[in-house]
Amino acid sequence: MEKKSGWKVMEDKEEVVHRGIAASFLCIAVFSFLVRVAVSLHPYSGAGNPPKYGDFEAQRHWMEITLNLPPKEWYRNSTSNDLSYWGLDYPPLTAYQSYAHGLLLRFFHPEAVSLFTSRGHESYLGKLLMRWTVLSSDALVFFPAVFYFIVVYYTGRPHGHKTDIAWHIAIMLLNPCLMLIDHGHFQYNCISLGLTVGAVAAVLSNKELLACFLFSLALNHKQMTAYFAPAFFSHLLGKCLRRQNPLLEVSKLGLVVLGTFALVWWPYLHSMEAFLRVLSRLAPFERGIFEDYVANFWCTTSVLIKWKRMFTTESLKLFSLGATILTCLPSMVQQIWAPSSQGFLYGLLNSAFSFYMFSFQVHEKSILLPLLPASLLALEEPFLLEWITLNALFSMFPLLCRDKLILPYTALSALFILICYHLPSRRQDRKETRSFNTYMTTFLVLCSVVLHGVYLTMHPPRRYPFLFEAVIMLLCFLQFTLLTFYSNAKQWMLLKHTILMDKEKKLL
Amino acid sequence: MKLGYLGFRKPASMSEILWFFGVAACVKLLLIPSYHSTDFEVHRHWLALTHSLPLAQWYSDETSPWTLDYPPFFAYFERALSIFANLVDTQIVHLQEGLSYSSDTVVLFQRITVILSDLCLLYGVYRLTKDLDSRRRISIWVLIIWSPMLVIVDHMHFQYNGFLLGFLLISLSYLEEGRDLMGGFVFAVLLCFKHLFAVAAPVYFVYLLRHYCWGGFVRGFRRLSVLGAVVVAVFAAAYAPFVYHGQIQQVLRRMFPFGRGLCHAYWAPNFWVFYIILDKGLAFFLRKLGFAIQTPAASFTGGLVGDSSPFAILPQITPLTTFTMVLLALSPCLVKAWRDPRPGMITRWVAYAYTCGFLFGWHVHEKASLHFVIPLATVAVQNLDDARHYFLLSIVSCYSLFPLLFEAQEYPIKVLLLLLHSIIMWLAFSAQFTEEETAPIKKKDDQLDLKRSSNVTAKRGEFVIGRVEKSYLVGLLAVEIWGQLLHPFLFRDKLSFVPLMLISIYSGLGIMYSWIWQLRWIIRSPNI
Repeated sequence: MEKKSGWKVMEDKEEVVHRGIAASFLCIAVFSFLVRVAVSLHPYSGAGNPPKYGDFEAQRHWMEITLNLPPKEWYRNSTSNDLSYWGLDYPPLTAYQSYAHGLLLRFFHPEAVSLFTSRGHESYLGKLLMRWTVLSSDALVFFPAVFYFIVVYYTGRPHGHKTDIAWHIAIMLLNPCLMLIDHGHFQYNCISLGLTVGAVAAVLSNKELLACFLFSLALNHKQMTAYFAPAFFSHLLGKCLRRQNPLLEVSKLGLVVLGTFALVWWPYLHSMEAFLRVLSRLAPFERGIFEDYVANFWCTTSVLIKWKRMFTTESLKLFSLGATILTCLPSMVQQIWAPSSQGFLYGLLNSAFSFYMFSFQVHEKSILLPLLPASLLALEEPFLLEWITLNALFSMFPLLCRDKLILPYTALSALFILICYHLPSRRQDRKETRSFNTYMTTFLVLCSVVLHGVYLTMHPPRRYPFLFEAVIMLLCFLQFTLLTFYSNAKQWMLLKHTILMDKEKKLL
Repeated sequence: MKLGYLGFRKPASMSEILWFFGVAACVKLLLIPSYHSTDFEVHRHWLALTHSLPLAQWYSDETSPWTLDYPPFFAYFERALSIFANLVDTQIVHLQEGLSYSSDTVVLFQRITVILSDLCLLYGVYRLTKDLDSRRRISIWVLIIWSPMLVIVDHMHFQYNGFLLGFLLISLSYLEEGRDLMGGFVFAVLLCFKHLFAVAAPVYFVYLLRHYCWGGFVRGFRRLSVLGAVVVAVFAAAYAPFVYHGQIQQVLRRMFPFGRGLCHAYWAPNFWVFYIILDKGLAFFLRKLGFAIQTPAASFTGGLVGDSSPFAILPQITPLTTFTMVLLALSPCLVKAWRDPRPGMITRWVAYAYTCGFLFGWHVHEKASLHFVIPLATVAVQNLDDARHYFLLSIVSCYSLFPLLFEAQEYPIKVLLLLLHSIIMWLAFSAQFTEEETAPIKKKDDQLDLKRSSNVTAKRGEFVIGRVEKSYLVGLLAVEIWGQLLHPFLFRDKLSFVPLMLISIYSGLGIMYSWIWQLRWIIRSPNI
């Protein structure tokens, strides 16, 4: 055989891997997109349900407002902008996105976004165009970000087997919760989560400035992305501290963040008043510490301790802030101490979990945020991913029932289980974990299946109309707590691993 | 998707093929709220009809214009389904109150029956592929179980083709195994479900006669009578109750409505499209030259009304003409089957018969292309030429189904289905043929010059399509862009039939090519 120099073989291999990734990505992406289009055939939240409708109407209303009013009026209560009717309460990037999509809607279907008269607008074409705006955002932001992440994540790895990569892509793109919320319920999480995935990929490929830029954009699209901020902050800080000139590095990153923010907030920077007005819209403390039945600490414990009645909003704010910081501190310390790519991904999961558990004003859909890093870690933690996804789905079940999305809920859960079933390396693992995990998961799965049935068929007792919701919440909360402990422990175990490695190196 | 990680492993297990079925079923479930055609109401009405009327009135009832026009087994099938329909929602099976009933329950119920009845197709595919190597097997599964055409026709437009094609595949699998009697029996059952499948009956007849019944007078005669008895028994099971009630003439009248025209409302991409176009073109030129040509009063789709011909110049086409042409086109295949009845060839012959029926038949639906595209999938993995042919054929015939779904909501779905199918097909074929061709050469590497052998693999091994095929596919894209963007932009609502006609003509070219290719292959295949 013709001899090839070592680096050439390496390069060839890398090229083959890249081509393999591109081919399987294309295939899976088209399939995922098809699934998304199919989900979008189903009803959206608040369909045919006046006077407030649902998130669909909120997004449509924002298009109407941004399209017909100047930027300065977007966040101000006025005769033409009634903030009590789905007032804009997301950062300016969402507003710009609404404006861009509004232009599209106005071009094809002007009645859907005309000022005042379009309130509660519902039509075949209107629904279609709105759905297509989410689909196109997904294709333009989330899909490329996942591709970037997969390429970065698997380029440096010697063991990146083609089938594993394909499976990981499928898990990321076919996340049932994200698809149900974005294309069923109607939201644009794909944009902020896509930008976050892009930022994570940039961190993994050591492009910190790009990461800061992308993450700032994500924060400016949805303030909820702040769930990841501690992880980004600690990892990047830890990395900078290990460089030659930490101060310079940190200030470079800070400048990029400030610059991006300034750019996005430009129309509101001319006066302090305008700035504060937008800011106050973004933090709706008056909506209470939690909404509906969300499987987090405050909501679950409020069954016993009536937080909302016992404490003022001010003190609750402090409680939640303290608890959140306290719980994400261990993971932050770990990353500042020994920043590593793997640790960063666990850090994302842990900080998102602590925000979901303890922060102020959390709702069911916030579970999408811990779900994202879990899917990034899918190949290391397939069991964790499966568990958290099924639980997340379950915790959103009452919401999706209200939205009449039971059919896509069933189909997407089944699809997810089918994909998990085909995890390539799972067959070897299975025997080891049989004893404890199988019994427990069988029990939990059985519980959730029974609860699904009970929720759909039976009426709760009149004295406790939300009994089933509370039971679902309790079950999910217990499991989420377990998972939080597990992933925190896992992150700290990495540290032990690296210390051992360092010792070995020294000995050698 | 994810063909890679199924790789080479143990022999076919039911759980593996069920995985493919499960994934497809999830997508089909998601597609439940999509557009469905009047065929949905047709089948709903048949549920009501068979449930609430006695058997004697099934074929004579006229409550709705959608009268029962499938053979009795299909009516029995609807009767069986109607038992469950009655349990789900009694209004579904109510003869009068059920008319045009379209609540969520009826949609859900009927859609799920289609999804479940696809298990029949699954079993057929499983039988056909259980002895193949894993790569071929998975390619076939993907081509058939995830067929975009079946999704479009069965799960969106609404029909039970997957169920019926399942019987065809089961029958073919028996024939390939050499169990001719079972093959013939299942085919007879299929004919009693849907008589349109009878186009392949001559092939079946010749093949079974020569392969099963030939060889010695006594043995041959005994086998012939056994086969005849089986077929007669099947038909008796189907039609005897109607004979008993004196309904048989009415049944046949319903099943063969020759009052319909040469072409369906949307012209199926077959030979007659070119015939019509030629007639129009000739009339146009002759008129220009000053001849007085009358514009025909009848239409192609309207049926035979008196003596008036829909053609201005060319001779009138009658059902008899089309029948003769189908038989003529079939004859080379019949001769082959007579001379050398080989089990390995039967799938090709049957597919060829359906191609002939599609191209030259009377009042052909565009959906009938399923009858040959699905069986040909099992042939496509046999060698590189077949794969190339199938790649083109399945894209063209799937594209020719696009006019079935004309609403904006389904547009991205049909495009994505076709795109996904093409990508998967491309990846599956290139993975299969690159590996297969390189494998034997690697062993000889020691003696051979590597450069030469790698050149050979590039030439023979890789799955590439020719320049003509490639430009044809690009043309398909151009036709679609014309129909979707340029035509509405340039002409607004005028000449709205032109885009549809273009699709028919252009896909017709591809299917004609496929017919010629198949014919050539059959003629050239060596006798043993």
